[in-house]
Amino acid sequence: MSERIPILRIGDTLLVSVQTDLEDQTVLNLQEDLADQIVARSAQGVIIDISALEIVDSFVGRMLATIAAISRMLDARTVVVGMRPAVAITLVELGLSLGGVSTALDLEKGLAKLSRPTSSAPQ
Amino acid sequence: MTAPWTVDEEPRVHPVARSGDLVHVRQVIRVLAQRCGLSLVDQTKLITAASELARNALIYGGGGTVRAGLVEANGRRGVAAVFEDSGPGISDVGQAMTDGWTSGSGLGLGLSGARRLVDDFELSTVPGEGTAVTIVKWAR
Repeated sequence: MSERIPILRIGDTLLVSVQTDLEDQTVLNLQEDLADQIVARSAQGVIIDISALEIVDSFVGRMLATIAAISRMLDARTVVVGMRPAVAITLVELGLSLGGVSTALDLEKGLAKLSRPTSSAPQ
Repeated sequence: MTAPWTVDEEPRVHPVARSGDLVHVRQVIRVLAQRCGLSLVDQTKLITAASELARNALIYGGGGTVRAGLVEANGRRGVAAVFEDSGPGISDVGQAMTDGWTSGSGLGLGLSGARRLVDDFELSTVPGEGTAVTIVKWAR
């Protein structure tokens, strides 16, 4: 049985806080659950908090980019918040700069980013 | 670099047979990186590289093993890890090491990206027999 990460809702924003090192299947479950929840709850925004993640490898990095793309198609914006400096350095060196994924330093800044008009959203 | 182990006990062997094992491999490498005194950034790079290589062994090699331990050379300590599988091997190593090239559905960053994240990187592969990748990250 694979784990599922809880998805919380604040207003029209969905909030996911990743608290542990993820198994691949859990990552895939999250993708599907988020897509379902964006539609079911008419969410306008998704915030993924990765401040507890010590590493983000290409699999998880791709998941973040995929979630951003899926939510864009479902008319919601995604902001990844709380990336550790060492994770950012490692991702860039790995060759994954997560173009198309909007980021903010913490949850508060992420919510602020989502509340701004859509014109400032990434491509 | 076939037997890089010089410090402490013999390296432990960890299976990579299912995707849940990747979590275990990352934990093992993290503990070694901390024992070795790697900086936080270097720990992160090493664990990430190990995650990429273990996933390669699982997905492309049909599963395998990881041996990991501490090493020492020229007065420096480091963490070494060997990722082995008995899968199909790699017929064109140059191509496999190219950013963005993949034989599967991945991003093609695993091998080339992992090489950039570590200090020493050695790949040996025999088509039809398997692949072994040895990496070392040295403490500064």
